[in-house]
Amino acid sequence: MPQLTARNRHRVAFRLNGRQVEALAENRMLLSDLLRHELGATGTHVGCEHGVCGACTIQVDGAPARACLILAAQIDGADVRTVEALAPQPGRLSVLQAAFREKHGLQCGFCTPGILMTLDAFLTTRPDASEAEIREHLSGHLCRCTGYATIVAAALAAVEELRKEQKENA
Amino acid sequence: MSVNQESTGLVGRSMPRVEDAALLTGRGRYIDDLPTRRDTAHLAILRSPHAHAEIRSINASKALALDGVHAVITGDDVASLTRSLTVGVKANVECWPMARERVRYVGEPVALVVAETRYLAEDALDLIEVDYGVLPVVMDPKAALQDEAPLLHPSLGSNCISERSFRYGDPEKAFSEARHRIAVEISYPRNSCTPIETYGVIAEYDPGEDAYDVTANFQGPFSIHAVVALALKVPGNRMRLRTPPDSGGSFGVKQGVFVYAILAAVAARISGRPVKWIEDRLEHLMASVSATNRVTRLEAAVEPDGRVTALSWDQIEDCGAHLRAPEPATLYRMHGNMTGAYAISNLAIRNRVVLTNKTPTGLNRGFGGPQIYYPLERLMHRIADELGLDRLEVIRRNLVPSGAFPYRTASGALLDSGDYVAAFEAALKDGGFDDLVERRKRAREAGKLYGIGLAAAVEPSVSNMGYITTVLTPQERAKAGPKNGAQAVATIGIDPLGAVTVKVASVPQGQGHRTVLAQVVADRLGLPFEAVRVNTELDTGRDAWSIASGNYSSRFAAAVAGTARLAADRIRERLAAIAASQLNVEAAQVEFAGGRIFDRNNPDNSVSFNRVAASSHWAPGTLPDGIGHTIRETVFWTPEQLEAPTPVDGINSSLCHGFIFDFCGIEIDPATGAVRIDKYVTMHDCGRILHSGMVEGQVRGAFAQAVGAALFEEYAYGEDGSFLSGTLADYLMPTVMETPEPVILHYESPSPFTPLGAKGVGEGNCMSTPVCIANAIADATGASDITLPLSPGRIADLIFGEEKPSSNPQARKPAKARPGERQLTGEGSATVAASREAVWKMLLDPATLEAIIPGAHGVEKVSATHFRADVTLGVGPVKGRYRAEIKLSDMVEPEAVTLSGSTQGALGFGSGVGRITLTDADGKTVVGYRYEAGIGGKVASVGGRLLDGAARVVIGQFFQALARHAGGGSGGGGILARLKALLGGRS
Amino acid sequence: MKPPAFDFLRPDTQEEVLETLHRAGSDARIIAGGQSLVPMLNMRLARPGVLIDIMPLHALRAIREERGEVIVGAGVRQAEFEAWPQLAEKLPLLSQAIGWIGHVQTRARGTVCGSIAHADPSAELPLSLIALGGSVRLASRRRRRTVPAAEFFLGMMSTAIAEGEMIEAVAFPVAGRGTGHAFREIGRRHGDFAIVACAAVSDGQTTRLAVAGVDDHPRRFDLPQEDGGALDDALNDIAWSLNARDDLHASARYRRELVRRLGRETVMEARSCRS
Repeated sequence: MPQLTARNRHRVAFRLNGRQVEALAENRMLLSDLLRHELGATGTHVGCEHGVCGACTIQVDGAPARACLILAAQIDGADVRTVEALAPQPGRLSVLQAAFREKHGLQCGFCTPGILMTLDAFLTTRPDASEAEIREHLSGHLCRCTGYATIVAAALAAVEELRKEQKENA
Repeated sequence: MSVNQESTGLVGRSMPRVEDAALLTGRGRYIDDLPTRRDTAHLAILRSPHAHAEIRSINASKALALDGVHAVITGDDVASLTRSLTVGVKANVECWPMARERVRYVGEPVALVVAETRYLAEDALDLIEVDYGVLPVVMDPKAALQDEAPLLHPSLGSNCISERSFRYGDPEKAFSEARHRIAVEISYPRNSCTPIETYGVIAEYDPGEDAYDVTANFQGPFSIHAVVALALKVPGNRMRLRTPPDSGGSFGVKQGVFVYAILAAVAARISGRPVKWIEDRLEHLMASVSATNRVTRLEAAVEPDGRVTALSWDQIEDCGAHLRAPEPATLYRMHGNMTGAYAISNLAIRNRVVLTNKTPTGLNRGFGGPQIYYPLERLMHRIADELGLDRLEVIRRNLVPSGAFPYRTASGALLDSGDYVAAFEAALKDGGFDDLVERRKRAREAGKLYGIGLAAAVEPSVSNMGYITTVLTPQERAKAGPKNGAQAVATIGIDPLGAVTVKVASVPQGQGHRTVLAQVVADRLGLPFEAVRVNTELDTGRDAWSIASGNYSSRFAAAVAGTARLAADRIRERLAAIAASQLNVEAAQVEFAGGRIFDRNNPDNSVSFNRVAASSHWAPGTLPDGIGHTIRETVFWTPEQLEAPTPVDGINSSLCHGFIFDFCGIEIDPATGAVRIDKYVTMHDCGRILHSGMVEGQVRGAFAQAVGAALFEEYAYGEDGSFLSGTLADYLMPTVMETPEPVILHYESPSPFTPLGAKGVGEGNCMSTPVCIANAIADATGASDITLPLSPGRIADLIFGEEKPSSNPQARKPAKARPGERQLTGEGSATVAASREAVWKMLLDPATLEAIIPGAHGVEKVSATHFRADVTLGVGPVKGRYRAEIKLSDMVEPEAVTLSGSTQGALGFGSGVGRITLTDADGKTVVGYRYEAGIGGKVASVGGRLLDGAARVVIGQFFQALARHAGGGSGGGGILARLKALLGGRS
Repeated sequence: MKPPAFDFLRPDTQEEVLETLHRAGSDARIIAGGQSLVPMLNMRLARPGVLIDIMPLHALRAIREERGEVIVGAGVRQAEFEAWPQLAEKLPLLSQAIGWIGHVQTRARGTVCGSIAHADPSAELPLSLIALGGSVRLASRRRRRTVPAAEFFLGMMSTAIAEGEMIEAVAFPVAGRGTGHAFREIGRRHGDFAIVACAAVSDGQTTRLAVAGVDDHPRRFDLPQEDGGALDDALNDIAWSLNARDDLHASARYRRELVRRLGRETVMEARSCRS
């Protein structure tokens, strides 16, 4: 049984945005720090490091989770997605991202990546999401700039657009 | 100044923002994202757990011995390389960026660690040993003024660092002639707009040039740059301050990072390498910066019809432990606006600034506004109620009348434009006020608690850099020389391909400045929106800037965008002359549109913008005489209306004045006290709207923060000075669930004083909304004293009436005096299967104490009645190591003993006194105890909710161990459960 | 806010976990979802010498029904429990309560047993376990034992888990026919720790009310079967018996009022929805 010693750095391997990555990290390193400072994925932001603000929300195995409440040592073998994975290609925005731009769903943009990761995970599984459900999911995020109204509007616009796309594809 | 409607009409349109593509894809560049030099080390800060204490010694040897630790720096080390910070009033006081000799608030920096990683730096913090001598605290601003109050700064001789009285008109006469005098007393709490991104600094020092290079997510004002350079004892040109491209919100708060810019700069110098510091959330809540709390008595002289003829203010401003620049600006920012939106010509003001054992204060959205509108608009509500008048009517009668603009207020503000009465009426009509009254009626008929609140306010913007000197007497001002104005700057550059770049010193934190500036300049130069690029990073070593630079006092739209417009005008004028010579027409005939410059009368006669624009680079010799060039145009603009304070203390504290009128309907759940904002209408006159999406964004954002201030948010302190709001589970910002969507209305009165006619809009709801909500609560409950934040518990006190008593009088213990107080009391007993004499002996025996004190590692007997021990205490996973001192006194062998103890450790400190009584019970001994304990430091800040119970568990552990050691009770197997039951008799 | 250093064990078997717990004693902590523990690590309130990650142990990740109980393994995340298709039918109280735990983003990681082990006095899962009269299954190197919920929670974040022991599973009794359940909670904001939370279970004979957020751990009471003054008196006695405290978020008096008012609503709802 592998007991990883405290002061040494240990190999962590996981999937990040569809690619296998490896890094060396102390057991205690937070996933938020691992992503940002070891792997250079600085799109995930850190706001409180105690799981309340939601800025660091990423997707682990498809579900939204706080990167600041996950230890590097816990992530070995997982599938992690961050905001960097959302755009279909450079220079284009996903439906959700485009809706945020259209509806002014962001100001400083610091909380935005976390919010996008929550909504992306939710809308992927629930393209028919209601406003109440969207609010429920957003309640795990603090935004200090927008007063939330435009974030809700953006999420609803994205739902509308995704529904349209689904219909066209069907 | 005339306002031209542009042909392409980008200004005023809600364009998608140029900022967003990067921010939505994770490509923002916030301070913690920036690349740093490879040898950059990380800074962590040891902070005081005490609100007031002497620092007797700091022992850093264990920390320095840790591998990867480069330096441990104390306040004296910092002082040796710096100068005390400039203080904004004349006072014999030192103001250092970190503690020297004495700590004065919980969270004050005590030592800095520079180490390879932040993780390691925090390991080192745990190893620094500080010996504190605890001093009495003063937390309440009124108490701070008492003669017997503990002094924070003995050199001052008082906790009052500034006092001034002002009178305008003839307030004494107005009061003596008034039919009614109506007053309110308000204690406005501490809170903060706390951005989601915390402070960050990256600092370097170049010993070869004795120069600092600091990047910080500072927001301005850049007058603070002078404070930093003076503190670091270098000329301004050796203190290069840069801001990152993106900032994760500020709302004023990031002004306060300058203190850490100084500390990081010194740390870089001492450790000989670049140093990076990212503040963590606990540090931010505890010690970054806060809005001021203020105690105000406001009295009005009132005519029977509700007309107010005079106001008298008595304000006690609490700026925390140090008066940090630019304080006491919170108190003076509104000085010209102390009559709000009303025409009141007689005014008396007494201002006192006090220091208490709290975090120093600084900029915060609404800056000084909520603290004055709360009393003023509560007063207007009370005037109507006391005189039996309609509340709307009282407001209406006092508003600055239509047609009176520009209107000079009693204390000197020049209200630039507006029609307050018309905006007020429009709000009532378009916002559906009558329907709301009907809704209230129906709700009340259905037995619900429903109230309507009102608030009118003037929202100042573009601060006069001289307003703060109103705190000085006219004589002191004359000696120091006049200060005034507000220099804004914009630069437009054209490159050799004719592409246009705009550069400003506005340091945005998410407000979309780049988008609006592109709109303004593209409009003026007839270019497509995408053709103009805007750079808002600021580098004091390279860019045009001045003391008013930065992002505060809602100055962007009014001042910065206007200045960019002026720069565009100048470039346009010259381009027109160049194009005219090429088109063979008069310059006055030249028009700009669609990326071309052409003859208005013959649009086919045209030339491309880029070609004309580039000619200054490629063919300067071909330009018409007197044109100079069009390569770069920098415009500085300061409004002439921003004059220095007059000899009689009149001050036009701000350039622009928006008008706000809010009303709301609030329903209170009679069962739980929960508040629901049923409807909120907010009318704004912010002059000309440059981008409606952003204006609405500003209004909604300020509104949400104000809902927080009204209902949730407080930087709370215990009476012992402990900081109690140390996590985001304690400092409660509203989520999407608690934030209703306001109805936003506009009434546009362009400002005659700004180039684009725009005024600020970002702060108004922080000023108007808290009191509007409070007025609705007052209306719903009939209560007159309303204290923020309005937690359901506070509301419950207003609506629940007498509490049903317990049927068992034994259980009716008096509730504790105040929520948040950290004093913990309790009592209990345990039965021990040993004689009193045996138990008594055990209590005095180090070996027994070691066995029964939870987690003791070696008890040292200092004397017969004094023990010292290292103990590990905690509950569940929470464990900390503490140094404990235990003393026995009032010993009545073998009946009773008083046990006083204190503990100190990384997680906090505690002290307590317990009286233990031993009673004989058939050969066994009943050990009774009653204790009082106080707990502070980190555990109080982050674990307040759980602390009392946790302390009870630990104290219980002691008696369980005592009982166990003495052979336990008679039972056997179920002893733990039995003890638990015995120990259950608690406070 | 960075955790102190610790060893980290990713075990292959539960025996390894128990061996390490035995060896390291109180210096070892189990980590499952980490949603309560990691904030404490980040704040350095907790300083374990070794963390044992039990999430690799697949045997602990099952929800199963046996002998009238729903057994939830130590590795079952709250979100998995929430999504368990039989939750509403077998454990209607839990299906009401679980949405009140934190937020979607923390339920995605946090485990059911982790919340029980953490024993926060305001937490929904300990409250539900107490209300339903469930039990906790503990294992150590030498033995396994089952502790009834009523004996499991000893105080603020203090439980009957002894040194060397871990929670293997918790057991919730399956809802009986004709039983009504209700759950009510008041917090400052959506998703916050409860100021007061109430859970009530009612069958033909008895109504039990459990209350969290007031005393140091959730407490359960039997109530009279009528709904008039006697119920009010009983709720008042409960309110006064719970050692309510003042804190930043609510006064002791407010907590007592909520016990009376919210308690009554919860009881009445449980009675009215008896199936």
